[in-house]
Amino acid sequence: MKKDIILSGVGGQGILSIATVIGWAAIKNSLYLKQAEVHGMSQRGGDVQSNLRLSSDPIFSDLIPKGECEIIISMEPMEALRYLPYLKKGGWIITNSAPFVNIPSYPETSAIDADLHRDANVISFDSDQIAKDCGAPRSSNMVLLGAAAKYIEILDVDNLKDGIRNVFARKGDKIVEDNIKAFEAGYEIASKK
Amino acid sequence: MSEKTLLLGDEALALGALHAGLSGVYAYPGTPSTEITEYIQGSPLAKGRNVHCQWSCNEKTAMEAALGASYAGKRAMVCMKHVGMNVCADAFVNSGMTGASGGLVVVACDDPSMHSSQNEQDSRFYAEFAMVPCFEPSSQQEAYDMVRLAFDYSETYHTPVLMRLTTRMAHSRAVVKTSEMREENPLRYPEDQKRWVLLPAVARLRNEQIIKQYAEYEEDSSKGNILSEGKAKTGVIACGIGWNYLMENFSSKPDFPTLKVTRYPVSKKQVRLLASMCESIIVVEEGQPLLEKALKGYLPTETEIKGRLDGTLPRTGELTPDVLRKALGMPEKEACAKSDVAVPRPPALCMGCGHRDFYTALNRVVKNYPTARVFSDIGCYTLGYLAPFHAINSCVDMGASITMAIGASESGVHPSIAVIGDSTFTHSGMTGLLDAVNMNANITVCISDNLTTGMTGGQDSAAFGRIENICLGIGVPKEHIRLIVPLPKNYEEMERVIKEEIDYRGVSVVVCRRECIQTAKRHLKKQ
Repeated sequence: MKKDIILSGVGGQGILSIATVIGWAAIKNSLYLKQAEVHGMSQRGGDVQSNLRLSSDPIFSDLIPKGECEIIISMEPMEALRYLPYLKKGGWIITNSAPFVNIPSYPETSAIDADLHRDANVISFDSDQIAKDCGAPRSSNMVLLGAAAKYIEILDVDNLKDGIRNVFARKGDKIVEDNIKAFEAGYEIASKK
Repeated sequence: MSEKTLLLGDEALALGALHAGLSGVYAYPGTPSTEITEYIQGSPLAKGRNVHCQWSCNEKTAMEAALGASYAGKRAMVCMKHVGMNVCADAFVNSGMTGASGGLVVVACDDPSMHSSQNEQDSRFYAEFAMVPCFEPSSQQEAYDMVRLAFDYSETYHTPVLMRLTTRMAHSRAVVKTSEMREENPLRYPEDQKRWVLLPAVARLRNEQIIKQYAEYEEDSSKGNILSEGKAKTGVIACGIGWNYLMENFSSKPDFPTLKVTRYPVSKKQVRLLASMCESIIVVEEGQPLLEKALKGYLPTETEIKGRLDGTLPRTGELTPDVLRKALGMPEKEACAKSDVAVPRPPALCMGCGHRDFYTALNRVVKNYPTARVFSDIGCYTLGYLAPFHAINSCVDMGASITMAIGASESGVHPSIAVIGDSTFTHSGMTGLLDAVNMNANITVCISDNLTTGMTGGQDSAAFGRIENICLGIGVPKEHIRLIVPLPKNYEEMERVIKEEIDYRGVSVVVCRRECIQTAKRHLKKQ
């Protein structure tokens, strides 16, 4: 079994924390893992992505081939579109619907939505707002991870929660609790859709 | 005891070096190499052993310090991005001539596709012309294991070893299994003193010996490079991470013959053996077509050589599993259609960054001087080229702002303004400033000082607390070393100071100082 996931967003939105949590859970489950990240220049307000590959068998490429990605988890709606050629037809896009506008030519919401829905299954909602609603405004990324949880399949929900507890442990109990709350809120939303 | 850890390729290499008995890492930050040194800086093992891990001023000073450590019998490593190899080339190439005593490993991280760089140069060429063996791991585990092999090889042959990583290898994580920890080398003065003094008479003898050794490296590489037999018209040579992209397309061992290359110089015998099994060979290598060119030569060969030069693979840019698929004639997989809605989102200076305020003030002054040119340099502030600032006219190499401003000024460009960061200034700007002073060049040097090496993530800057004294020592008149603080409330004063120094005929330095907001945030959190 394998699962190829692309995480996307804008530098600073916290996609690497999502990757770290999934990575922790994957190792706990003795899965093979490769995780390509973006460091350096593009982190400054530019588009960032991470290719996350989980498998029960050894993995060769650090990069996901076109058409093999099963889930795009995106902190930003337009950023999800950038990786469509990598997504299987009928794959899942779990995205924050709140745009991050730091460029002058940012496209219309309707145009973004049309392309999101063209070939993929989509769960799109304002994860920033949900994070604020549960009193954890900085945990929008964990809301999205919660929403993506049941599609990750190769790891179960409790594995991922353990991952959150472990990855955020050094930041204190309050931060762990906030992130778990955010994760659960995201999970709820996806279950209703 | 063996442990399993999730590590970036950079980190795997760093840990491998520590476990192999490293005594010092010498480096200047540069994407994608920075995390190697940072990992060692954060390692309790390194701290316990007192492993040297402080940043050097530039790649040349780093290379030379490491060579000194090797002279003293210790294992030393030098890390840099590919263009850093240009800066340390003098030291690197001549370290090939002196050779090493303690294991000496030079790590160059290449950046195909230029994610964070100004060119796509391939560091394997440096190994070839310095006649130094080159190792190129294809996985994080190999990065960990190979660095120990590289240290051992360096000590056996008394040669530096170049380790080449590319961006994906450097910045991708996988689980790495560690091996036993080794002690550091004791201090040991070299027995063969002579080879360290490269007078022509000595160097000529060394040259003979190194040429002989280079042939042995070729023989040795065939023990590391893996030839797999097969029967098909086309065989494949895949180097470094290219091997992964090849294998990604097959669920079992492919039926065509392959040669997996992780060590150079590649053995001619092995390549000929591969060629005897097929009619054509596709050469898969990240970066420039080094091996492909070597196989192709100038005259026709019996075996057809394919790769980047004939269009089988793209001429430039990073390899991917998809370009390999195409090269092998395999069909594309079905995927979602590309979106034309997504627009590029280029990187930008952070909100609240001091460079922003500096460029705002500079632009307001410069607009009154239609003939002004601003020569800039390598760092976050290079982003001042983009909207909304459009503030700079050049970005070439570390330190080129000051020296290009000199040449332009002497050719009649006025005002001739240099913009350089604090860390870039101590990396390669100081000597240029001395030239300017000696020539009494009519230039205005603006040092945009954010008290850190910002672009690579906020490493310590060698310039910290020293800039004014350095400029003074170099001979810039005290009254023309000006300090401004880049904040919107200071625009008027900033503009006045910049204008005054532009109008002064001679070398002046405007230090524009405010801490990088990223490191400032971190410092605040720590308090």
